[in-house]
Amino acid sequence: MIEIEGLVRRFGPLTAVGGISLRVAKGEVLGFLGPNGAGKSTTMKMITGFLAPTEGRIVVCGHDVVEEPLEAQASIGYLPEGAPAYPDMTPLEFLQFVATVRGLKETRAKDAIDKAVVRTGLTSVLDQRIETLSKGFKRRVGLAQAILHDPPVLIMDEPTDGLDPNQKHAARSLIRGMAADKAIIISTHILEEVDAVCTRAVIIDKGRIVADGTPGELEGRAPSHKLDDVFRSLTTPDAEIKVESAS
Amino acid sequence: MSFTNATLAVFRREFSGYFATPLAYVFIIIFLLSMGTFTFYFGGFFENGRAELDSFFGFHPWLYLFLIPAISMRLWAEERKTGTIELLLTLPISLPSAVLGKFLAAWAFAGIALLLTFPMWLTVNYLGSPDNGVILASYVGSWLMAGAYLAIGSCISALTNNQVIAFVVTVVICFLWTIAGHEIVLNFFQAWAPTVIVNTISSFSFLAHFNAITQGVIDFRDIIFFGSLIALWLFATVVAVDAKRA
Repeated sequence: MIEIEGLVRRFGPLTAVGGISLRVAKGEVLGFLGPNGAGKSTTMKMITGFLAPTEGRIVVCGHDVVEEPLEAQASIGYLPEGAPAYPDMTPLEFLQFVATVRGLKETRAKDAIDKAVVRTGLTSVLDQRIETLSKGFKRRVGLAQAILHDPPVLIMDEPTDGLDPNQKHAARSLIRGMAADKAIIISTHILEEVDAVCTRAVIIDKGRIVADGTPGELEGRAPSHKLDDVFRSLTTPDAEIKVESAS
Repeated sequence: MSFTNATLAVFRREFSGYFATPLAYVFIIIFLLSMGTFTFYFGGFFENGRAELDSFFGFHPWLYLFLIPAISMRLWAEERKTGTIELLLTLPISLPSAVLGKFLAAWAFAGIALLLTFPMWLTVNYLGSPDNGVILASYVGSWLMAGAYLAIGSCISALTNNQVIAFVVTVVICFLWTIAGHEIVLNFFQAWAPTVIVNTISSFSFLAHFNAITQGVIDFRDIIFFGSLIALWLFATVVAVDAKRA
């Protein structure tokens, strides 16, 4: 459902994404891993049509993101980095706004909001202004907004950042529960999350894919069978030395 | 989602946003106080002894210079600062409809502030019998001028994520645009520029077009002037937001 071919994004002299090709099918939960500045967020911003690619092509549910942005965006639910939401609105007003823009009408909008609110556990704060909410609640408002229209494609930039362990667990169950009929991409720093929710892990470094496989396959690459070690050896040039000195 | 529906959705969100915080109320109070002070104190409304609102409308261009950028500065700068711009632009709505929706909300808000000066109109009608046609035309002209200021401010706000910078730069650009027809500016250009350019510059002046309308004649050329100026700056806003996504 997501097809990316030769994706490149340059910011002036800096190449943030240097040629990524990727296909994500229905039922897959792809974990996007990589050190800070590897190009994870930039790639997500291009898939969702926020940033235009310098080169390459992205097709979401049959719609080219550059040529038919509105059609592509209609089939995507997106949680941007930091889960931004309008601070002067309440979660209810915010979700109503998103529902309207997503073209959901009256009863359908109400049902969709009710469902998203229950799934993300927002019931207790529905009428509180978003700027007064805790980090965890803000993140969940962002999650609710992303899943509101039951999109076939979900793109989530660090969906569990700022959540406490219980909330992380709930968010992961939520993602797993929706996985069957969606194509999902999540970015994360938390490697255990990959084991917990992802069916596939892609590690990117300096704007390029350095590993792509199931979490199990990737773990098999390190003698220790730990994703941490695979991650470190792929994304740091002098990994051997670091691993030695650490042990 | 059609262009109109998307514009309307953005409009509604923005417009209710003004009243969700004290911002709207503080603004309206300051707007009305400064309008009143200038009309009665500096404009000599009573001393003139005439049943007209010239002393009221005469100050509008100058008061707008500071009041309107206070509305427009947050339009895009705040979206960028809070990161909601990424959300807004990845929802299935086109950029022009987002720009237009936000602008219309700000313009409607300015319109409400302007309408709340109606006690001025009541007063002058109580004291004498003014030409209400002229007053109506002046209100329309004033609102159009507010729209032009807002469109400029919208574009400047899209160029920065700092609201203070947006405010100051908007004031300066609006000031230049307002006084373009003033002698000081024209004298500066007359010294070296051909007459065509001098005339062009003076025809861009807000003051000239606004004053023409406040005479009570709504000439369609004045309406086209403000209308096309608004369209031009909103187009520039679309370009600016698009260029500064990263």
